[in-house]
Amino acid sequence: MGEVPISHILFVSTALFFIGMYGLFTRRNMITMLMSIELILNSVNINFVVFNKYLYPDKLDGIFFTIFIITIAAAEAAVAIAIIINLYRSHRSIDVETAEEMKY
Amino acid sequence: MTASQIIFYILSAFILGTAILSVTTNKIFRSAIWLLFSLIGVSGLYFWLQVEFIAAVQIVVYVGGIVVLIIFSIFLTQQSGKEMPKAPMLRNIASVLAVLFGFALTYSLIYKNNFQATNKSFDWSVNKIGNQMLATGENGYALPFEVVSILLLAAMVGCIVIAIKAPAAPTTQKVEGNGHEPVELENIKEKELVE
Repeated sequence: MGEVPISHILFVSTALFFIGMYGLFTRRNMITMLMSIELILNSVNINFVVFNKYLYPDKLDGIFFTIFIITIAAAEAAVAIAIIINLYRSHRSIDVETAEEMKY
Repeated sequence: MTASQIIFYILSAFILGTAILSVTTNKIFRSAIWLLFSLIGVSGLYFWLQVEFIAAVQIVVYVGGIVVLIIFSIFLTQQSGKEMPKAPMLRNIASVLAVLFGFALTYSLIYKNNFQATNKSFDWSVNKIGNQMLATGENGYALPFEVVSILLLAAMVGCIVIAIKAPAAPTTQKVEGNGHEPVELENIKEKELVE
């Protein structure tokens, strides 16, 4: 495993993070924005595991943060999808541009 | 190039390629399927890093839970085969530029920092993780564990409350809510009429 430098693994996670950011910027559909957030959370998880494995191998804190982030991502996705389905019932659309009652 | 390096570069190309397809494709269902492949690739990366526990958790929670949830919500809210409208050209260019500059800044910082791996081997085991997770001592994670379990309970209750169907339409709800008053009023009117 030592042959691949850490910066190459961090390249993958950084690129994944900014791909998620691109999706968040361009999409206007709530479900696809949720997918972009999942990509971003995954890139953060990769970072935690890599730093833990290569820089602090005698600790386990990165693993714990990864587990907690995965748990919270699951809870967040469930709540977000409940909100989206509720919004679809009342507005017949899940576009963020149509949900603007609370804007003013 | 050793086999491990080749596997790593193939995995990363797979992850990034499917992630790009997931955020650029115009059909929402395909987007979900590409996201599924990307998450499987990330779990393959965890296998490559030899943290099999996190890889298993990734597959169980993300691939088995979140993506299935997303696909169900797509079925509930979208007409199948309908294409999403494309983002305007200006916004597209602006986001590509912002993302590229952000990526360049972040990666230049990482490259300058030049992380060096230590030679110690990473010894984790599910036994160790479980013991530290429920320990209350110095490095224990018992309090975050409890907080997360309360959070999961709250999220579950919140989901049910949000997604539950409203009991009735607003006009009929009024009658139901103040069920006693109209009856009483009618009674009074009837009494008055009788008198």
